[in-house]
Amino acid sequence: MQNGKDIVLRVEDIHKRYGKEEVLKGVSFEIKKGETKVIIGPSGSGKSTLLRCINQLTIPDKGKIWLENEEVTHDKKDINLFRQKMGMVFQDFNLFDHLNALRNVEIGLTRVKKMEKKEAREKAMEELKQVGLERQADLYPAQLSGGQKQRVSIARALAMDPKVMLFDEPTSALDPELIGEVLEVIKKLALSGMTMVVVTHEMGFARSVANEIIFMEDGKIIDQGIPYKIFTNPDHERTKQFLHKITELYGKSEE
Amino acid sequence: MDNITFIRETLFPPVLEGALVTLKLIALSIPLGLILGILIAVGRVYGNKLISSFCTIYTLFFRGTPLLVQLFILYFGLPSIGIFFSPFTAAVIGFILCSGAYHSEYIRGAIQSIKEGQMMAAEALGMTRTNAILYIILPQALRRAIPGCSNEIIYLIKYSSLAFMVTCVELTGAGKIIASRYFAYTEVFLVVGAIYLLMVSVVTKALNMLEKKLEIPGLG
Amino acid sequence: MNENLALIYQSLPYLLKGCAITIGLVGGALGLGFVIGIPMAVGQVYGNKYLSGLIALYVWFFRGLPVLVLLFLFYFGLFSLIGLNLPAFTAAILVLGLRSAAYQSQIFRGSIQSLGEGQMLAARSLGMKKSEAILYIILPQALRISIPGWSNEYAILLKDSAITYAIGVMEILTRANFIATRTYKPMPIFLTCAVIFIILTYGGVKILDLLEDKVRIPGYGGRKGEI
Repeated sequence: MQNGKDIVLRVEDIHKRYGKEEVLKGVSFEIKKGETKVIIGPSGSGKSTLLRCINQLTIPDKGKIWLENEEVTHDKKDINLFRQKMGMVFQDFNLFDHLNALRNVEIGLTRVKKMEKKEAREKAMEELKQVGLERQADLYPAQLSGGQKQRVSIARALAMDPKVMLFDEPTSALDPELIGEVLEVIKKLALSGMTMVVVTHEMGFARSVANEIIFMEDGKIIDQGIPYKIFTNPDHERTKQFLHKITELYGKSEE
Repeated sequence: MDNITFIRETLFPPVLEGALVTLKLIALSIPLGLILGILIAVGRVYGNKLISSFCTIYTLFFRGTPLLVQLFILYFGLPSIGIFFSPFTAAVIGFILCSGAYHSEYIRGAIQSIKEGQMMAAEALGMTRTNAILYIILPQALRRAIPGCSNEIIYLIKYSSLAFMVTCVELTGAGKIIASRYFAYTEVFLVVGAIYLLMVSVVTKALNMLEKKLEIPGLG
Repeated sequence: MNENLALIYQSLPYLLKGCAITIGLVGGALGLGFVIGIPMAVGQVYGNKYLSGLIALYVWFFRGLPVLVLLFLFYFGLFSLIGLNLPAFTAAILVLGLRSAAYQSQIFRGSIQSLGEGQMLAARSLGMKKSEAILYIILPQALRISIPGWSNEYAILLKDSAITYAIGVMEILTRANFIATRTYKPMPIFLTCAVIFIILTYGGVKILDLLEDKVRIPGYGGRKGEI
């Protein structure tokens, strides 16, 4: 968890409305190189929508986003280049069902980055090794466990050498006993200096990995601060209530 | 002359010639109809408002009207506005346009059954929409559409008989000509029918093997 | 343009009489197919293997042959062979009906099998005879499930009815062709003919959708008739 001086990602005043409902009501934050920010909050608070606005899978109604001082717009020509620099890991994994694990990791390299097949294959194997799945390279998504699927999806995103990784509730769809292996990988990634934004309910993980915790509710950032502060003595009452409910549900945060 | 000789000497030659025409008709119409179906389906799901509406109207027309009416329009109708097709060409065009519409429905259903997450994941990697459709969505959708599209292919083999109604002499036409000359409708059409049954059985078997070959391990 | 519209307007009564014939054809064939198809489906699911095999043979024959070939075979061939001198309209209903029975039987068979054997087991355990179970428990459910497939069969039959042109039935297309060859104006007439078919196809499917809604068993998801 090093502290770089450069701001990798800046998000300014993001608004998003779906029909009558305003899901994001002016969200701003920034993240420096090597930092890990964890976003927590109740369902419907707009956390996932926020992540999708960052890589423009969802287009915000208002607000700006900068990646390494360049503004991220939905311009057809630029958006794909931006997305290559931002890795996203989904709650539902979204592995490409018709490709085996190796090819899932490879396809971004061959089809998007236009790498040579041999080079792409080597890199893909390397990424799979990093997440501990080199022996499952030939298996198809339907043959993998949930935890393995998520680790492949992390390898797939990392293979693109992104500047920032966005995790959208990476363990929420997993059976409890599989959560650990995925958190291990994410933790290792954070410790190695990757800039990351993680939306999660895993409080123990948040506590041990985050440089800063952001609490969102109802489309706004209510509270933010270092883990120790947020978990023991947050400024806002709502934060306290939410954390109380969560720790009741998941048991006292370990580690 | 007794039946067997009749069948062998008088019936078979022209009927087999007709069968050849049928094979030519379907050899052209099946692949082109399938390709058209893919284009229409993609246009309908991913195209802009104009393209999507066009594809919808196209599908509504070609699935809402009988193939025979479409063939009549192509062969008997168009000449009145200066467009002339040979019977064979009119039939092939009609088959392609019609089966394209039916294929597009199966493929559209298959595309829509693919979870939205697949497209999102592809875009998140930086793929263009076109690449995502080509390399991620279609490979999966086409596999899912195989039962429906196979069904449509079998239908086309049978409905190719309608080419005779616009004077293209294929298998059924050849049979009718012989049958009316010798007034041997039952014998002739039992033989003609048997040939269709043979064609349908062979193609069904081939399509089943294709489906098995393309199965994705773990799914289905 | 005006003279085209005038032509269409003048032709409508003649064409609409063809509609009546077409609807008669479709209704008759659908009905015949229904009446034969249900016992066939029941026979295939609950009958012994000879019955099952026989039915499968019937289905294979009537589904494997093109409609045109069936019409020629029966109308010009088999019917005269057995001395049956039917007018084209009746012969057409018979042939289309026998063919529809083959398709409908498979629709019903699929629906019956999708119910699972639990339904039959429960009915028998109450003391019902097999035939009673089929009549009061299996069929009421299977028939409802079959409506979407049946709706599809309606659309197919409607379009196949045009093929009876080949044996001279005075349905919509035959009449349209009649007018077109006499007035040398095929395009407006055939296009009108196409529009009539479109209305009959989608109108009929819509009506069947409403029927499906009306008889739906509460709690079972519906399926809007897809175009």
